[in-house]
Amino acid sequence: MSVQIKRYGDIPLNETDVLRYAGCREVDAAALALLYDCWDEMCGVLSNAVCYCELPVTLVDALCDFGVMSLCSADLAAYFDGCDKTVLFAATVGVAPDRLIAKYNRLSPAKAVMMQALGAERIETLCDRFCADLAKHYGDIAPSRFSPGYGDLPLEAQREVFRVLDPAHKLGVCLNDSLLMSPTKSVTAFVGIKEKKAKR
Amino acid sequence: MTFSEFLKENIVYLDGGMGTLLQAQGLQPGEYPERWNITHPEVITDIHRRYYEAGSNVVCTNTFGANALKFDDGELEQILCAALTNAKAARETASVQHPRFVALDIGPSGKLLKPLGDLDFEDAVAVFAKTVKLGVKYGADLIVIETMNDSYETKAALLAAKENSTLPIIVTNAYGEDGKLMTGASPAAMVALLEGMGVDALGANCSLGPKQLRGVAEELLQAASVPVVLKPNAGLPQVVDGKTVFDVTPDEFAAELASLVGKGLRVAGGCCGTTPEYIRALTAATASITPLPLTGKQRTVVSSYARAVVFGKMPLLIGERINPTGKKRFKQALINNEIDYLLSEGIRQQEAGAHILDVNVGLPDIDEPSMLKTAVCELQAITDLPLQIDTANVTAMEGALRRYNGKAMVNSVNGKAESMHAVFPLVKKYGGLVVALTLDEDGIPATVEGRLAIARKIVDTAASYGIGRHDLIFDTLTMAVSADPTAAAVTLEALRRIRTELGCHTSLGVSNVSFGLPSREALNGTFFAMALASGLSAAIMNPFSAEMQKVYHSYKALNGLDPNCEGYIRAAETFAAATTAVPTATVSPLTAASELQQAIVRGLKDKAGEMATALLKTVPPLEIVNGEIIPALNLVGEGFEKKTVYLPQLLMSAEAAKGAFESIKAFVAATEATTASAGPFVLATVKGDIHDIGKNIVKLLLENYGFEVIDLGRDVPPETVVEAVVERRAPLAGLSALMTTTVPAMEETIALLKEKAPWCKVIVGGAVLTKEYADTIGADHYAKDAMEAVRYAETVIG
Repeated sequence: MSVQIKRYGDIPLNETDVLRYAGCREVDAAALALLYDCWDEMCGVLSNAVCYCELPVTLVDALCDFGVMSLCSADLAAYFDGCDKTVLFAATVGVAPDRLIAKYNRLSPAKAVMMQALGAERIETLCDRFCADLAKHYGDIAPSRFSPGYGDLPLEAQREVFRVLDPAHKLGVCLNDSLLMSPTKSVTAFVGIKEKKAKR
Repeated sequence: MTFSEFLKENIVYLDGGMGTLLQAQGLQPGEYPERWNITHPEVITDIHRRYYEAGSNVVCTNTFGANALKFDDGELEQILCAALTNAKAARETASVQHPRFVALDIGPSGKLLKPLGDLDFEDAVAVFAKTVKLGVKYGADLIVIETMNDSYETKAALLAAKENSTLPIIVTNAYGEDGKLMTGASPAAMVALLEGMGVDALGANCSLGPKQLRGVAEELLQAASVPVVLKPNAGLPQVVDGKTVFDVTPDEFAAELASLVGKGLRVAGGCCGTTPEYIRALTAATASITPLPLTGKQRTVVSSYARAVVFGKMPLLIGERINPTGKKRFKQALINNEIDYLLSEGIRQQEAGAHILDVNVGLPDIDEPSMLKTAVCELQAITDLPLQIDTANVTAMEGALRRYNGKAMVNSVNGKAESMHAVFPLVKKYGGLVVALTLDEDGIPATVEGRLAIARKIVDTAASYGIGRHDLIFDTLTMAVSADPTAAAVTLEALRRIRTELGCHTSLGVSNVSFGLPSREALNGTFFAMALASGLSAAIMNPFSAEMQKVYHSYKALNGLDPNCEGYIRAAETFAAATTAVPTATVSPLTAASELQQAIVRGLKDKAGEMATALLKTVPPLEIVNGEIIPALNLVGEGFEKKTVYLPQLLMSAEAAKGAFESIKAFVAATEATTASAGPFVLATVKGDIHDIGKNIVKLLLENYGFEVIDLGRDVPPETVVEAVVERRAPLAGLSALMTTTVPAMEETIALLKEKAPWCKVIVGGAVLTKEYADTIGADHYAKDAMEAVRYAETVIG
């Protein structure tokens, strides 16, 4: 097992998602203008990076054993139903959204909300892109991803994830004392790889 | 021979990768390699020995992650002791004769520093200090700080190394494909910071292969006066048959590095994926190359966390507006701790073209050391411009310089012995470009010769502290021409001679020249033009002054510093706008009133401010608030409650209303009137939580509705909230939390408030909260959004 790093170039923006994250239920010209005002400032300074590794999955009731670590979670075990492997990953779009959110938090809360929404959309879109690549590679993967903090998998699982992936060194993603990540626009997650149809 | 002596004359070979070799020996993912110093000493010693035998002069101890955040004190000491023992054993037993040194290796802490992460700068310094002390205790020859991807953490580690050892220090950073550190620093910015603090060698390691790091290495070579270091990976990792392999062979690796050694690279080694074979190939490929002598670049430079600003032919603008002198509104903002006001002054100056921001927060009634440190940290969170720390208070200066992320400009030192002996040690320790005023114990000399003599004295004294003349920038002091008709001529001639005879850069605060005379802008502009022609490198000025901007852009265009006059043409548009703008005085109060309401509803901040200013000429402030601003806000607020207006629009309107309030505040400050407050609303995001967007939205709306808000910020301990409530006997406190993990901190804060300040109502909000949850933890009220917080506050404070 080794941890790989994958970097992505520009990924197209999903306006509707950004506006939804910003609290707009429909596309509105003023909000859209604000969105692109913010996007102009953010688009050039993002970095899309993922570090990941493939791990075997062995399930004994709620105990999920991955060889290099094990976690106890009935929900995670249920998620892995039919999977014999997982890809564990950490993804980030870098510190730029955090800087811009912090800046506009002090200067313009409207922009801060939009920067926050843009950052959220960017990291989710990056994860979607990475998972689409996994689907291409493995053929059949679980339809969603599973992160520490979901269901009965406690946020404390982050410590184990960080021990295995070492994203601090690989991507500059650090774990805070409160188990949140810095940069905040970062995600860690498992993606289940289905057993039967795996075609590697 | 010491390492420092060896470094002077030779190409220094470092070692290569450790992690990849340990994995080959069975190190498991997630296992701490540092523990192998104790559990597998023979493996570690053997790897070190193989590097020495391949030609390495320096091996780095296997202590990349050996810090107090990962290991307790006892284990940390065991690891450091074993690591140094292993490396020294390898040095003794290696079957080679070339000079060999052992470096204490220090990698990143694994935490991101505030404000991006949760590790405080001083805590980071303390973490690194423990490792440094142990490295010194167990006999390291030098310290290598490596793979740092954040300039601030790099500074913390370097400071810890300087404060706890006298060993030579090498610092290498991890640059990304964009040629910058993860947190934004360019190679030139890192050179400024690191050389300012006195590293012995600096460079790049990890992340990329030698080809991809070539650009970074060349930038470092161009900017650095100390030896440049490069330790690339063996190319980029690829997976072949489930194993990670790197795509650059030892010979290719060596050839790339050899070509850089030919260009001046002085310290070379490898990082991830490299093995003793790579070092052997490297020493062979460079054996016949004579090291290029080091050249002092004499760059006059300052930096921020992101960029370096170099003083040269292009004159620079230093924005002077963050300064309370003569500004009532600014003074009021400082006294009320309205940091946001100061920050917006910073951003506005950046937008107006300032290259550096002067920061002066000296007022008799405030704690200047604390305020200056806060101002510097807060400004650095929102702007990437370098700052000029402007204070006569040496304690404040040291506090701010220590926390500054980059190499700051320091304002100022002068020819008095007391001043030089107080300021120069700080500059030597923390780095800095010092503004030197040509005055001394006998005052400001009336003659050019007198000012030059003081300048020479300052240059000599700085040199005795190890500070070069390129780190001094002379201010020959602008005096009022109304008091002395020769004042301007003396200042300019002294400036010209310092520039040509001493080779130092210069700066001036130009506006003093017109003191006591009418139409000051005309004199200031002409004097600025004359100073530029005399060789002025930087002006401390008001970037919003159209007159000064005209001179600046004209000077650049006329001196071939503005290709195709593009800068001038762009700036000319604003000159034209300034002269054709409709004076606000011509707007009738009636029109302005309806337009103010419209501007707020449509979220036009600047326009709302202008309209309020126009209205203030005829309408009392309170009438504008109650008759115009509040009705407009209510319209938008009701729309939000009915879900016909969305959050971004609500906020844009709130910001426009704030723009109008700013005009009113400035007017009130100028007319010395005061407004009564029914008691403040204390607001905080609870301990452990750094998500404060929601809290800031509440603050903005509360202020819009005329409430006095004491904003304690984020990650606030319960005691601090209670202290603020008790001190002002606040009737209402608002707490926010985004994470389930921080709700207990909210509960704790409420309990303490109920105990120590039972009169205070507590309102809570945040993504994870519900009405039921709020009841459980003892809150008086739960607000689902900011408007509801306002409505509740109206019932409590009224």
